[in-house]
Amino acid sequence: MPDQPRVLVAGTAAGEVLHLEEPLSFWGGLDSTDGRIIDRHHPQADRVVAGRVLAMPHGRGSSTASSVLCEAVRAGTAPAAILMAEPDELVALGAIVAEEVYGVVVPVVVVGHEAYQSLVDGEQVTVGPDGTVGRA
Amino acid sequence: MERVGSTLRPVTLRLDERDEARLAGDEGPAVRTAIRVVTRLATAMGADRLLDVTGAHIDSCLYHGQAVLDFADHLADAGAHVAVPTTLNVSSLDLLHPELDRGDPVESRQSRRLMERFEEMGCRPTWTCAPYQLETRPSFGEQVAWAESNAIVFANSVLGARTHRYGDFADICCAITGRAPAAGLHLDENRRATLVVRLEGVSPELIGRDVLYPVLGGLIGRLVGRGVPVVDGLPPGVSEDRLKALGAASAATGTVGMFHMVGSTPEASTLEEALHGQEPDQEVTVTAADLRAARDRLSTTTDDHLRTVSLGTPHYSITEIGRLVELLGGGRVADGVAFYVSTGRDIYHEVELRGWASRLADAGVTVVTDTCTYFTPIIEDLGGTAMTDSAKWAYYAPGNLGVEVVFGSTEDCVASAMTGRVVRDEEIWADA
Repeated sequence: MPDQPRVLVAGTAAGEVLHLEEPLSFWGGLDSTDGRIIDRHHPQADRVVAGRVLAMPHGRGSSTASSVLCEAVRAGTAPAAILMAEPDELVALGAIVAEEVYGVVVPVVVVGHEAYQSLVDGEQVTVGPDGTVGRA
Repeated sequence: MERVGSTLRPVTLRLDERDEARLAGDEGPAVRTAIRVVTRLATAMGADRLLDVTGAHIDSCLYHGQAVLDFADHLADAGAHVAVPTTLNVSSLDLLHPELDRGDPVESRQSRRLMERFEEMGCRPTWTCAPYQLETRPSFGEQVAWAESNAIVFANSVLGARTHRYGDFADICCAITGRAPAAGLHLDENRRATLVVRLEGVSPELIGRDVLYPVLGGLIGRLVGRGVPVVDGLPPGVSEDRLKALGAASAATGTVGMFHMVGSTPEASTLEEALHGQEPDQEVTVTAADLRAARDRLSTTTDDHLRTVSLGTPHYSITEIGRLVELLGGGRVADGVAFYVSTGRDIYHEVELRGWASRLADAGVTVVTDTCTYFTPIIEDLGGTAMTDSAKWAYYAPGNLGVEVVFGSTEDCVASAMTGRVVRDEEIWADA
């Protein structure tokens, strides 16, 4: 069965893919002051998510993930968009509230496992309002 | 341009008239924001409708950055008020014992401001992570919107109430609207046990001790991921305090929102009931060796030089404090050891009425209310070893505080505190 992208937060974005090999817990895993991955156990620790199209399997851990993402949006250190293999409503919620309070849209799309796997770290992609991910 | 993936298939969320009216702003801007968040969350969760909730427990009152305060201001400034009875989780301040705060005064002011905004919205200033220890609590089958992982797992598993795993933002939006997505653990089908956990070769001595339950919970959290575990083979009627410790641990090491225990939790009078008459997805056997390994994962050091003991994560019940008073006897904590026990202000009131507050103070024990020592700057000396009987504290404190931890039973913690050296009863962990 082909992957069916599902838009959790609709918007447009463009940027360089940061492809995470493992789920990331935003709480305790992401420093919202500079957008750096601070989870020492994460294979991509020290990479910076700010302005990137963040591709990851799904979020992980505490429900505080939502407010860490929202805080990153406020601080201007959030990803340009988040593409996930599996749905994660806590990630979506952080982006939903950021849009409500700050008027900044970070698209969140569930692209499925196949599409997530096909994304390559460092490539340029665009995200459309209907959830389509395009390569330039 | 090459397209990644295929077309979008939207999930259809059907709203009732009142939800639609609220989205249109008929009940004012605060309700409109709240219902918009709830409906968008519902769509993200794949829900096809919303349902009514009769209570809420809020974790958004814990300050960890400007964004949570901005959202509370956004709602409170627009005149938001909760529509259902709503309790508040711990904050980052102990309002009854402000002298314990060793944090940044600016952050303390922000925390206080956040707490006030939630009180303005009509939430009860209960300041506890164990709202199930308050006088009124949800009854069996009641739909609620609770945040705080240990409270969620307790509500679902022990009370048989129904809540999804809510957190920041969602909790207060559900409370303001009295609505929640009809998804996740609100629904029968998602409460079915998926993983059967059986104990084998574990001594009756260990099964009869409190310390088994947080360790087993920590182990189960790592095994089950997002599923619903059922523990089979323990004697029936396991106490609420033990179920609480198991649930809190499993929700810390994993993302468990509900567990069953055959003969002890209300949706598991039999294994078949917990499984909804179906086959489990997975079955695992836990041995004494597995439990020893799980216990050892909760410690980060072998340094036996004790500086700190922290109990009460989740907030101790009156029974647990009574047990602590009993273990302390007439003894006193050794010089150089700081001993903290965290509890809710309601429980603390009862502690005072029973005359235990002075006994704890005389023994050298500091009672912390309204907050918890694993994220609030209270502990005096983060050097040396900190000891705890809480798997949740052991899991989070090293990362949050930079402290080295040894996990032990409550008895171990008290005995160690008296001598200033880590001592643990190893015998109970032996194979049966």
